[in-house]
Amino acid sequence: MIPLSHILLLSVILFTLGAAGFIIRRNVITVFMCIELMLNAVNLAFIAFARRLPGLDGQLFVFFVIVVAAAEAAVGLAIIVALYRNRNSLAIDDVDSMKL
Amino acid sequence: MEILFYIFGVVAIVAALSVVFQRTPVYSALSLIVVLAALAVIYLLLGAPFIAMVQVIVYAGAIMVLFVLVIMLLNAGHEGPSAHRAKFARWVGPPLLLAFLVEFGVIVWKQYGLTGAASAPALDASPAAIGRLLFKSYILPFEVTSILILVAVLGAVVLAKKQL
Repeated sequence: MIPLSHILLLSVILFTLGAAGFIIRRNVITVFMCIELMLNAVNLAFIAFARRLPGLDGQLFVFFVIVVAAAEAAVGLAIIVALYRNRNSLAIDDVDSMKL
Repeated sequence: MEILFYIFGVVAIVAALSVVFQRTPVYSALSLIVVLAALAVIYLLLGAPFIAMVQVIVYAGAIMVLFVLVIMLLNAGHEGPSAHRAKFARWVGPPLLLAFLVEFGVIVWKQYGLTGAASAPALDASPAAIGRLLFKSYILPFEVTSILILVAVLGAVVLAKKQL
């Protein structure tokens, strides 16, 4: 039996790494991947609590999170492509104003 | 069985470190795929086979292909030194994150102890059981997500057009 606390610790370590990457990376695509990492850490916590309860609802929440992440990835990557067309750069420091 | 959890937990953490600290986006993306696969194994161990398969097919399959495609389309290379980097986030961010980690560790330790058991007997989490729940109790969120996906597809097409 895997202790719940170990699963939650793994989850929070992954979340912290994602947040750290969000802060220190400067490439837009890498920042976006760090957001995905944070979403996955939360999914792990959902699954752990679903096992603890026990119930299937936590697993369905993970399902919905994955669906929303897919939609987010499609729109976000389209925004990144449009951004690159207009500014010719992927560095997040160059995107400091809303106007072109 | 437990040893598998620890092995793949360490794999996930090492790969996540690699996602954060690689300077080339393609390496970050490939490391993220390793994280997703390791998490899929952990989901299997925790009695969520359907979610594990969705993780592999949708996340590691579809979403990461999109990422790798965009990285190669935009020819995103090595991250060079920045002309004007924000010092504030670099100095304030890591201590705050460390505080978050310690705080969460203390909460988990107080609440569950170091070996608080996770376990209830495993439920029937087959696709049939999940589907029954999805189409009975969660029918409204399910329909709303289908509209969300439709909007996301339209948005992606509009955003990626030549003329914005």
